[in-house]
Amino acid sequence: MASAETMDSSHNRRRFLTNAGMGLGVAAFANLLASQGFATPAGAASISGGTRGPHFPAKAKRVIFLFMAGAPSQIDLFDYKPDLVKLFKTELPKSVSMGQRVTAMTKGKSQLIAPSKFKFSQQGDSGIWMSELLPHLSGHADELCFIRSMNTNAINHDPGKTSFCTGSEIPGKPSMGAWLSYGIGTMNKDLPDYVVLPSAFWSGKVNVQALYSRLWGSGFLPSKHQGTSFQAVGDPVLFLSNPSGVDAKIRRRMLDSLSELNTKHYSEIGDPEIETTIAQQEMAFRMQTSVPELTDISDETPETLEMYGPDIDKPGSYARNCLLARRMAERDVRFIQLFHRGWDHHSRLPENMLGQCRDVDQPTAALLTDLKQRNLLEDTLVVFAGEFGRTVYGQGNLTVDNYGRDHHPRCFTAWLAGGGVKGGFEYGKTDEFSYNVIEDSVHVRDLHATMMHLLGIDHTRLTFPFQGLQQKLTGVEPSRVVKEIIA
Amino acid sequence: MLKMYTKTIALLGFVLLMSPHSVSAQEVSFNRDIRPLLSDRCFACHGPDAESRESGLRLDQPGGDEGAIGFVIEPGSVADSEMWNRITTDDESEIMPPPDSHLKPLSKQELSLVRRWIESGAEYEGYWAFEPPALPDVPVVKDPSWSEQTIDLHVLKKLESMGRLPAAEADSRTLIRRVTFDLTGLPPTRAEIAQFLDEQQQSPDQAWEQLVDRLLSRPQYGEHVGRYWLDLVRFADSAGMHKDFYRNHVAYRDWVIRSFNANLGYDDFLRYQLAGDLYPHPSQDQLIASGFNRLHLIIDVGTALPEESFSKNVIDRVTSVGTAFMGLTVHCAQCHDHKFDPITQQDFYSLSAFFNNIDAQPETVSGRGPKMGLQPPFISLATPDQRKRIDEFDQAIAQLEELKKLAAEVEAEKELLALSKRLEQGREKFDESIPKAMVMKEREEIRPTFILQRGQYDAPGAEVSRNTPKFFSPLKKSGEVASRLDLAEWFVDPSNPLTARVAVNRFWQQCFGVGLVKTSEDFGNQGDVPSHPELLDYLAVSFRESGWDVKALLKQVVMSKTYRQSSIATPEEFKADAENRLLARGSRYRLDAEMIRDQILATSGLLSDNMYGPSVKPPQPKGLWQAVSMIGERYQPDTGEATHRRSVYTFWKRSMPPPQMTILNAPLRDACIARRERTNTPTQALLLLNEPEYLRAARELAVLTLKQPAGQRLDFVWETVSARLPDKNEKAVLEELLVDLKAKYSANPALANELCQGIEWSAEESTAQQNAEVAAWTILGNVVYNLDITKTKD
Repeated sequence: MASAETMDSSHNRRRFLTNAGMGLGVAAFANLLASQGFATPAGAASISGGTRGPHFPAKAKRVIFLFMAGAPSQIDLFDYKPDLVKLFKTELPKSVSMGQRVTAMTKGKSQLIAPSKFKFSQQGDSGIWMSELLPHLSGHADELCFIRSMNTNAINHDPGKTSFCTGSEIPGKPSMGAWLSYGIGTMNKDLPDYVVLPSAFWSGKVNVQALYSRLWGSGFLPSKHQGTSFQAVGDPVLFLSNPSGVDAKIRRRMLDSLSELNTKHYSEIGDPEIETTIAQQEMAFRMQTSVPELTDISDETPETLEMYGPDIDKPGSYARNCLLARRMAERDVRFIQLFHRGWDHHSRLPENMLGQCRDVDQPTAALLTDLKQRNLLEDTLVVFAGEFGRTVYGQGNLTVDNYGRDHHPRCFTAWLAGGGVKGGFEYGKTDEFSYNVIEDSVHVRDLHATMMHLLGIDHTRLTFPFQGLQQKLTGVEPSRVVKEIIA
Repeated sequence: MLKMYTKTIALLGFVLLMSPHSVSAQEVSFNRDIRPLLSDRCFACHGPDAESRESGLRLDQPGGDEGAIGFVIEPGSVADSEMWNRITTDDESEIMPPPDSHLKPLSKQELSLVRRWIESGAEYEGYWAFEPPALPDVPVVKDPSWSEQTIDLHVLKKLESMGRLPAAEADSRTLIRRVTFDLTGLPPTRAEIAQFLDEQQQSPDQAWEQLVDRLLSRPQYGEHVGRYWLDLVRFADSAGMHKDFYRNHVAYRDWVIRSFNANLGYDDFLRYQLAGDLYPHPSQDQLIASGFNRLHLIIDVGTALPEESFSKNVIDRVTSVGTAFMGLTVHCAQCHDHKFDPITQQDFYSLSAFFNNIDAQPETVSGRGPKMGLQPPFISLATPDQRKRIDEFDQAIAQLEELKKLAAEVEAEKELLALSKRLEQGREKFDESIPKAMVMKEREEIRPTFILQRGQYDAPGAEVSRNTPKFFSPLKKSGEVASRLDLAEWFVDPSNPLTARVAVNRFWQQCFGVGLVKTSEDFGNQGDVPSHPELLDYLAVSFRESGWDVKALLKQVVMSKTYRQSSIATPEEFKADAENRLLARGSRYRLDAEMIRDQILATSGLLSDNMYGPSVKPPQPKGLWQAVSMIGERYQPDTGEATHRRSVYTFWKRSMPPPQMTILNAPLRDACIARRERTNTPTQALLLLNEPEYLRAARELAVLTLKQPAGQRLDFVWETVSARLPDKNEKAVLEELLVDLKAKYSANPALANELCQGIEWSAEESTAQQNAEVAAWTILGNVVYNLDITKTKD
């Protein structure tokens, strides 16, 4: 019977390494790192142009993108319009709506003003108006950088989310995180560059919008840049655990034989791709340790856990995902994207809003506090946004306390924090109806350009040749870096 | 072991030849050397798009009002050519391309090419891909002894021009595995290997041809070759947007498989898909094929505006025609004239006019989605028996109607009413069991088409009529208004420069991993220049002249000596020509996701050979659908035989395709993909090591192995999975592993038991010992499945 020592020994592997006359282990890793970071992209040979980043010193090293899927109402959360109360249930002036496109749901219907029923108050030294729906986040007002003049072309969720996440309404383009992974490469060798954390549950009970894996896909970029979606149930990374009947020692023993045989084949066939296979099998083995270590929160203090609120105990909650996001930021995952669904409030908005804000308010505030106390906020860019805004006019039965709102691409609010943006700052203005942008418009493309700028990337230079074009995240329409919000 | 460095000297020569420095030895070719430079650095502002053209100069053509010659280029003199001054000046404000374009300045080598081109007369050539292919002369090679086949002569001529030689022929086992994968997507069985080796003893060449013919006639051929087509046309089982409802394209998928197996000519294959519905008396297959026009993504009603959805669907349809049949990025001309290719915005919308007259709703119904995943227009595929049965239902219902009229009493009428209701329900239920196919259908009155300004659905410009891009040969109309059938004829007309080239290039890509034109989705100015232009044209012309015979084409390719070369090389050679564009060796690359899964199922004896029918759902990790769904959909895996069908039958939900496929680079199927990329990632390693179904297959393989005589078991596993026999060293590694594993599992019966769940041993056998044995062989099988050579086609 073999002892544990022989099981785990690597003398077999060494035998072939010596035979082949090369230090394969090291070579394989070097090769792998090169391929992860700076290899020539497929198809690049014939076309000139873009360079990979960084193009200049970055203000942020990583991004935590809190995506509020379904589009929360800017009027009830951020864009304070006190005068609307006087206009309750009056028709939105045609001079404001200007015959703009509306959705199929409210087409041809009257547009009666629905003021927010929620109270706003000024917060922090900056005196920014915040809604009573966000008491915890209000405590961070001086760290937040609001863009009130966000706008997008899409009027429906699917294209809206697709363009927010990939720069184009048409499916098939790489997501923002994939661009970053491609552009500035990895910062750690045991975890993916780009992790996606969808909430497994949420409070809003109406009209829950779908997600699509294309929202974190790699499009035409090499697929190693695609987001890895962590699952709330089962393995956080698909197929991470050893299957039943295989333990860690057996796995190690298997990998030793595999490496030995693959090395032998490399020496016979000569294809460097075999070295990559060996390296990736070893990386997979390391992930089997690094990922559970990442998702195991037993080493967090009770104070920290408490700070994130009661949902922290539930795997897959937004709160748990915020904590995981912090743990990933600590481990230098480049792009961490949370998806929280349930914001599509065409009816019973106030009631649904309460639940949704309860889901996100405390954990988001805790995430900011936690990043700050670990000195991570300064080089982590936190972004909070939905795919578009909501209309000032009500949808469904309109009373003072109960109303719904339709999709509104013409203006909405996003906020950023940390990572080189101004705190306690407001940028852009909407009209008195929160209907049109009247000052300093920021299209989704401009936000993309700005985010990339903060990460040291010139969005016009990070390109990839596909279908004969130098493709980029911000597409062919003009876009700009919003320098005014940069600290 | 290969002597790695024996070829170093030859390689050095190769590297030199491949680098731009070497070009000085050759003449400058406009198409090969100059056009790609101009397209890349200049055409965006001095090309076909009039909107963005600067200074009234176009460099894409020599003559005309804005043409280059006599304007900025003086043939024979760089000093008199303003263009030369502008690309060489030190003045930041003058230099081209301008710094703010972020286009790379021309390098020294590139400048030298331009200089020599101008000095030698600045001859423009028509763009190769837009000139109809002509049959090139049979190449004359220095050493004709290698092969008489035309493919090989073209390949050898290029090799000889670089001082290279082709590689030796691969060994028999590598060859049979390679060709069996390429023609059926499956590995050869041990019996097939034995038969081939035996036949080879008699006559090597005849054996090869017989093998190829056998493979081409197997039904698995259509399943495999059809799968590439399904990527290209973004076939899927769901709508792809919003609630991502089930969408039933099963009949179309089955038609693709059947067509390849029946070796339907590629011309008819194209005609039926574009316009099968327009034949005078369309056959059922022609109608099913027209479902090509229904494969686009589609949103549900009540979300977007129907006009917008309609416009998106049309654009999606035209884009797929552009990618699949033309190999052009026509959709680039949706918002403006094409920047690089001579396709105007008017051309794009004239082409779209063929596809916007569909008699169908632009959005699906809401609620739980279309019933049975079908949305009108669709046809019933009832068999004669089924049709008879439906007729019987209808007759019975009609008779009851008559009876109802006669029924005097209220009670009787009630009874009859109940009966007829039951009959109607019965009819409906029976009808649901009959397969149906969504098809294309024209509206009676033709919908007008407008240029959409900036591509916006709500900004119509000038009206256009149905037409093909003006740049190409004109469309022949069979009636007053051009039809899709006319368009299909235009595609397969010998004057069309693209159709045959684009098709043969993709079939070549299926066998070599890379097309002769690498960018198989783009033959335009920004696409890749062919590695072997004359070979491409030879294949295109002979393909067309063969009656578009796909099997004959594939046979010709795999019969070539080029295809049969060994893929062994030195690491330096692999690095110097990673994609094997020179064809100086056999191609070596990772198998597609479907082939890897099918291989595991086939070699473990689990693979079902059931063909066609509704898509199946093999197990996948829990919660994936739920995590993205709007309507709380959960994945309900099938059980039994359905979980072991070939991967081409796996259910494809566009918002969350099966991870076993996407982790290994299968596309999402929400856009047309002409070539998949191949990466090598840790998540792939995790999948192949840990996927529970794959481990279960390894256990099935272990059970089969243990039925072999003790001394032959390692040979059995290794040969079954890799088609090779293990050598002494490989056996030594495996034997050592086996000893360790048996010890481990004997010491830990509980662990062994977990692997052996469900196996029933007869009473006299010692279960614990048997379990340890099976467990050890299972892990050994899993190791063999994870070898690089197993997931790779050598």
